[in-house]
Amino acid sequence: MPEDLFRLGKVSFGGILRDVNLSMVPDAAVGEYVLVHVGVAIGKVDEDEAKMTFDFLRRMGEVEELNSI
Amino acid sequence: MMKFLHEYRDPQLVRQYVEEIHRLVTRPWTLMEICGGQTHSLVRNGLPDMLPASINLVHGPGCPVCVTSVRVLDEAVWLAHQPDVILCSFGDMLRVPGSRESLLQARAGGADIRILYSPLEAVEIARQYPGKEVVFFAVGFETTAPANALSVIQAARLGVGNYSILSSHVLVPPAMEAILGDPENTIDAFLAAGHVCTIMGMEEYYPIAEKYKTPVIVTGFEPVDLLQGILMAVRQLEIGEYKVENQYARYVQREGNRLAKEAIAEVFVVGDRIWRGIGVIPQSGYEVREEYRAFNARLKFNMDLPVVEENRECISGDIMRGLKKPFQCPNFGTHCRPEHPLGAPMVSSEGSCAAYYHYSSTYKNEGDFIER
Repeated sequence: MPEDLFRLGKVSFGGILRDVNLSMVPDAAVGEYVLVHVGVAIGKVDEDEAKMTFDFLRRMGEVEELNSI
Repeated sequence: MMKFLHEYRDPQLVRQYVEEIHRLVTRPWTLMEICGGQTHSLVRNGLPDMLPASINLVHGPGCPVCVTSVRVLDEAVWLAHQPDVILCSFGDMLRVPGSRESLLQARAGGADIRILYSPLEAVEIARQYPGKEVVFFAVGFETTAPANALSVIQAARLGVGNYSILSSHVLVPPAMEAILGDPENTIDAFLAAGHVCTIMGMEEYYPIAEKYKTPVIVTGFEPVDLLQGILMAVRQLEIGEYKVENQYARYVQREGNRLAKEAIAEVFVVGDRIWRGIGVIPQSGYEVREEYRAFNARLKFNMDLPVVEENRECISGDIMRGLKKPFQCPNFGTHCRPEHPLGAPMVSSEGSCAAYYHYSSTYKNEGDFIER
């Protein structure tokens, strides 16, 4: 169970600051990116995984074709 | 700003994925995206038209507003009309037709109905108005359940006795099973809803993929996410595989969010649920646990409303099971429009009919279709 049920943080939504409940992402820290749904942060972005999408085609062996585009 | 938003909307990446999908496809395949947010992103960005004609995208039941039954809507309207009740709701529930009236009509008739962004705000309102009963209309899939559960846990912890929820929670995996188990089913692969899996993880999908030999790709919401999910699904289908894969790994871990799942389990218990347009799906919803019965509006107000007939002019059930597209409905854009909907998919921000009505010019209806 979340320990601090009322833990709040200010999250910027494209520059607009809102109070968001952070009880379910206890390790979220200032400067990090969180996924917010109806006022509650439900996850943190994994930046390494995010970069993987861009490598996906390359991993499929498409490197030459991509470079030629 | 959303992290990586620019990259996941990059037109060149979109083109590369589209080309790769064209290269891979040799046969017709039908894919269903579960979530209404995905449907809107697909249609708004014109992705269905970029894909090979043999890829048929059908739009799933992942629109909480759309699947909330008429009976539950009637319960919300009934509650709103009770003296000293403040009914709080997400905005897009208001125009959904009930059997007699919508919440919007109830509000015009004097009911105190407030549109909120978060259930946690409803707990605050309950603290401000100790003489009123504050009820939050808790609709949603697994993604919304942690916030609704948290509102109940907070209210219990703070001793806020005048707060309760009307739970209309629904669950994705039982709906997928209901769709796949239907003899008319045509779905070859699923794009599972990324944010649901941020909470719940991926474990529930392995037995479904195995039992129905159907690939399940946990997929995000941006154009590149969706195309990558489609590509992963097509690749599996073309070689006869049926695995669970994770396209949305930047937000989804296999085990999900443990704390969020614990909060859900603290407040909710799984039970049967009526889905609008589809009917009862066993073990497909969350109801408030006995331990929190004081926060269950159904028990608090002793509600026992009758089950009502649904509007048969609305074919939302066929659409949400992937059997029809919105523009195949004879009422689409004519008798059914956002200003006077026959059913919820036309007014919800996640409804597939609304997506086609607002964004698609490909599927113009005869007559008075208005292109936005």
